Amino acid sequence: MAVKEFPIEASHILMFARSVGDDNKVYSDADYAKGTEAGAIIAPPTFAQSSAQFDPDYFLRPKVGQPWFGSGKNPTGAAPRGGGGGGGGGGGLHAEQHFEYHRHLKPGDVLTATTHPGKTWEKEGKRSGKLVFSESVTEYRDQHGELVITARGVGVRTERPVDQKTEA
Amino acid sequence: MALSASKLKVGDVHTAQIVDDLKRTQIVQYAGASGDYNPLHTDEVFTTKVAGYPSVFAHGMLTMGMTGKMLTDYVGDARLTKYGVRFTSQVWPGDTLEATATVKELKDGLVEFDVETKNQNGVVVLSGYAEARVDP
Repeated sequence: MAVKEFPIEASHILMFARSVGDDNKVYSDADYAKGTEAGAIIAPPTFAQSSAQFDPDYFLRPKVGQPWFGSGKNPTGAAPRGGGGGGGGGGGLHAEQHFEYHRHLKPGDVLTATTHPGKTWEKEGKRSGKLVFSESVTEYRDQHGELVITARGVGVRTERPVDQKTEA
Repeated sequence: MALSASKLKVGDVHTAQIVDDLKRTQIVQYAGASGDYNPLHTDEVFTTKVAGYPSVFAHGMLTMGMTGKMLTDYVGDARLTKYGVRFTSQVWPGDTLEATATVKELKDGLVEFDVETKNQNGVVVLSGYAEARVDP
């Protein structure tokens, strides 16, 4: 993933906070936020993940003129592409996510994100067959080039869908 | 509202219910806000007929986001310095989740927590850590 411009916007923060069930006014009310330690509206801790909206190639978003693997007339519209995300059969799942905050994001920030691949490893899973893990590290920098968030994600591709019956 | 190191000790536990009877609509809300439109989370037809799961399920990042509310309500706004998790089990529509932070270490103005989120059956769905700045 490479994102050239990830503008941090108040309305996006509001929608994101709503979606995670967080009604803290520091994410939505500028006057209230002024009186808090944050001093202004800030973004919730996992907000950086929504940089996917600004990644032109993000493959888990339908795109004009391109096949989409979700259902329409048929249960699936296309064969899924590879990658860390999802797909038919035993596709990819998100295994881990880590954030290091150098400072918190606020409306008006304009970030760039650069991602480089990390380690890959394999494991035999009881509930889903062979598991292939792959790591990626994303650095989010602000409009001054300062590192603001370091994110490390781990995706896993499973041989088959995760078996539900053996769950505890 | 920020935490004070003098009032904390290793082993202190903070728990909050982060969702009661998770609705599919909330998963759709998260897909729209985050930009992760993987049909596994919102498209019941695809997920049951093609992917082979019993129903759509929540994004791991939705569970991490909801667990984040427990943390920021506890440590205060703009106080988190680290937050990381493993997704250990899937979260399904109808699930009720409880998130817990347990104080693991206090040093140099920082508090480190073990973080865990469980569903209504006691299954751990998320397991990780967080670190936050605290007042003296």
